[in-house]
Amino acid sequence: MVRLIASLVGAAFVFVLGLALFGTVSDWITNPPPESAEHEFHREALDAGLPSNGVLGRFDRRQVQRGFQVFQEVCSACHSLKYVSFRDLRQIGYSEAEVKAIAKGWKIEQPSINAETGEASTRPNVPSDRFPSPFANEVAARAANNNALPPDLSLMAKARHNGANYIYSLVGHGYVNQPAELLRKFPGAKTPTGLHYNQYFANLNIAMPPPLTQDGQVTYSDGTRASVDQMAKDVSAFLTWTAEPNLEARHSAGFAAVIFILIFCFLAWGAYQNVWRDVKH
Amino acid sequence: MSFPWAKHYEPKQPLMRWLDEKLPVPRLVYNAVGAGYPVPRNLNYFWNFGVLAGAALSIQIITGIVLAMHYAANGGVAFGSIESIMRDVNAGWFLRYAHANGASMFLLVVYIHIGRGLYYGSYKAPREMVWLLGVVIFLLMMATAFMGYVLPWGQMSFWGAQVITGFFSAIPVVGETIRIWLLGGFAPDNAALNRFFSLHYLLPFVTAGVIILHIWALHIPGSGNPTGVDVKGEQDTVPFHPYYTAKDAVGLGVFLLVFALLLFFSPNLLGHPDNYVEANPLSTPAHIVPEWYFLPFYAILKSFTADFILPAKLWGVLAMFGSILLLFFLPWLDSSPIRSANFRPAYRKFLLILLLDLFVLGYVGGAEPRPWVILMGQIASAYYFAHFLIILPIVARTERPRPLPNSITEAVLAKHAGLGPHKSAMAS
Ligand code: HEC
Ligand code: HEM
Repeated sequence: MVRLIASLVGAAFVFVLGLALFGTVSDWITNPPPESAEHEFHREALDAGLPSNGVLGRFDRRQVQRGFQVFQEVCSACHSLKYVSFRDLRQIGYSEAEVKAIAKGWKIEQPSINAETGEASTRPNVPSDRFPSPFANEVAARAANNNALPPDLSLMAKARHNGANYIYSLVGHGYVNQPAELLRKFPGAKTPTGLHYNQYFANLNIAMPPPLTQDGQVTYSDGTRASVDQMAKDVSAFLTWTAEPNLEARHSAGFAAVIFILIFCFLAWGAYQNVWRDVKH
Repeated sequence: MSFPWAKHYEPKQPLMRWLDEKLPVPRLVYNAVGAGYPVPRNLNYFWNFGVLAGAALSIQIITGIVLAMHYAANGGVAFGSIESIMRDVNAGWFLRYAHANGASMFLLVVYIHIGRGLYYGSYKAPREMVWLLGVVIFLLMMATAFMGYVLPWGQMSFWGAQVITGFFSAIPVVGETIRIWLLGGFAPDNAALNRFFSLHYLLPFVTAGVIILHIWALHIPGSGNPTGVDVKGEQDTVPFHPYYTAKDAVGLGVFLLVFALLLFFSPNLLGHPDNYVEANPLSTPAHIVPEWYFLPFYAILKSFTADFILPAKLWGVLAMFGSILLLFFLPWLDSSPIRSANFRPAYRKFLLILLLDLFVLGYVGGAEPRPWVILMGQIASAYYFAHFLIILPIVARTERPRPLPNSITEAVLAKHAGLGPHKSAMAS
C-alpha cells in the first residue's frame, strides 16, 4: 500500500516536472533569453595583491595608513564608516596623540545638543566616536549625489564578492570610456547622464563619479608616489582592515589552533592503534 | 540493554557505589557510551559521524549561548550588535565565526551521516525508529539553521525569511493569512525577528532531547555495521569504550582540523556577501539564495514552473517539503532484506546516481536561472523523486544480491586473509 501510494506520488511529481520541462524547452526555443550588456562587458576584478591575503597574511601598517589618508582626503566626502571608531586607528599604528588630533581635526563634527539651550548642534570628535557620516540623513545624501546613496564603507570589503580586489578595480581601473562595441551591440545601453561607465560595477553604470582621477591627488606623508593604481590599492587595504580588524589575530590564533589539533590527531591516532592492536577489524 | 554478554557496571569506590544507589547516572553513561555497550568490531569511519554531529551540536549550543549574551534581537540594532560582537566583544569574532561555520560543519556532518544510512541500509528493520527520529532531528536542524540565518539581519537574512515564509502563501485560500500570522506582520520585521530568536534558542534543546531518544532507540537493537549482517555472538563485538572512544577521537581530530581551517582562514567562504549589507526591505538583492545546505531543496522548489491542476508555486512547495518527508517512508519503500549496498549491485549504482544528482541540484539551486540551468534542475528533481518513490521499490524486488558473509567475524577474517568476496573500499 505504501509502495503503491509512493509510486503514484512519484509519478505525479515526475509528470508535472515533465510538463515544466516541456515548457522550459519550448520557451527557450521560441524566446531565447536576450543577451545583456552586463553579461558580456562586466569584468572580473583584478588582483590587488594585498599582503593581508593568504593563510598567514598580515596588514602592511604603512599601506593601511596611506589608505586611511586616501579615505580621509577623498572618500570621506561622500562615504561614512559607521562601525569604526577613531580609537581603532591605534591598531594600524597611530599613537594616542595622533588619534586625538585626527579626531579633533575631522571635518565633519558629531551631532550633539547645546548644553544650555538644548538646541541641536555639533561638537568636535573624540577618539571614542565612530567616524561620522558626511550627510545628516539619507535624503541629504541622495540630494547631494544625483539621487544615489553612497553606501557605508566599513564592511564593503566583505559585502561584495572578492571585495578587496573589487574595490581596488572599481576605483582604480574601472572608469573607462564605454566601449564602442557595446554601443553597437546594445544601442539602448548607453550610460545615462549622471551615471558613469565602470566595467567592474555589476550593472556597468555607477552613480559615483570617478573618485581617483589623477596621480598625486593625495600627497602621501611617507613619500610613496601616489599613482591612481597605488591609491586604489591602499584604500582597498584600508577597507580590508575596517571590514576585518581582527584578521591578524585570527590568522595567528588559527596557526596555533591547527598545530594544537594536529598534535591531538597524532596522539589520538596512536591511542587508536594501541587500543586496537589485538583486534582484527 | 542489547546483548547478554554486555559488561556490567560495578562501582568499586564507595562514593561511586553510593551514587549508583541514589542516582545511577554513571551506570547510564557506562551502558550508553562506555564499556557496557557492545558494538560490532568492523565499523568503518562512516560510523564516526553520529558522534561528530553530537560534537557539532554541543559547539553550536556553547557558542550560541555566549553569542546570545551580546546579541540584540531588534530590527533596528541586530545588524549593529553582530558588528559589535565582531569588533568589541572579547574573542567575539571567534564566537561568531565558530557559530556561523559550525552550522555548516553540523549540516555537512549530518549529510554524511544520512548518506551512510542510505548506503548501509541503516533505516531498515530493526532500526526504523532510529531513522524516523533522525529525520525529525534533520527537520529541527533545518528550522534552527534557517531561523539562525535570519538573526544577523543582513540582506540575505531578510530576503531569505521573506522567500521562505512566502511558501505558506502558496496554500490556497488561507495561505496569506497563515503567512501573516507566522511573521506577525506583512513582511519580516521586529515581530518576526524576535520570535525567530526565541525559537532559534529553543529548538537546539528540543533537538538534544530527540537525540537522546535517537540513541535510546539505537541501543535496543545495537549498532549496524558495514556488512549489514546481524551480530551473532560475542566474538562479533567489542565494548564501545575504549575501542570506539579511541576511534571517535581520531574522527573528532579530523573534524576539528577541517573546522579550524574554515573558521580561521576562510570564515566567509560559505557565507554570502550580501549578508554584510544591513536588511533593507526596499532593495531586493539581484539574486536571493539560501545557505549551501538548502540549495538542493531550493532547486527542487524552483523546478516546478508549470501549472497543472494546482498552481506551479504550490507544486514546488509540496515537492520541496515532500522531498524531505519522503524519507519518513523509506524503511517501507525499500523492501529488500539486504541492508548493505556492498551486496546490492543495482541499488549501489542508483545510489551513486542520486549522489551526483544532489550535487547537480546543489549547483542549480545557487546558479542564475538560465534556461539550461532550469532544465538541468527539472531533470535532476525528477530523478530525485523517481529514485525514492519508483526505482527503489522496484530494485528491492528485482535485484539479485551478492552472497552475504555468515557473520561479522567471518567477514573480518576473510578481509584480513585477502580473500573476501566483498573487498570494497567502503568496508575497511
Ligand atoms: C562624490 C561622492 C563620492 C566620493 C568622493 C566617493 N564615492 Fe564611492 N560612491 C558614491 C556613490 C553615490 C555611490 C553609489 C553608487 C551607485 O549605487 O550607483 C558610491 C559607491 C561606492 C562603492 C560601492 C559600489 C557597489 O558595488 O555598490 C564603493 C566600493 C565605493 N563607492 C568606494 C569609494 C572609494 C574607495 C572612494 C574613495 C577613493 C569613494 N568611493 C569616493 C559617491 C562617492
Ligand atoms: C542546532 C544548532 C544550531 C544551528 C544549526 C545554528 C545555526 C545558526 C546560523 C546559521 C546562524 C547565522 C550565522 C551568521 O551568519 O551569523 C546562527 C546565528 C545565531 N545563533 Fe545559532 N544555531 C544553533 C544553535 C544555537 C543555540 C543553542 C543558540 C543560543 C542558545 C544560538 C544562538 C544564536 C545567535 C545569538 C545567533 C546570531 C549571531 C550570529 O548571527 O552570529 N544558536 N545560528
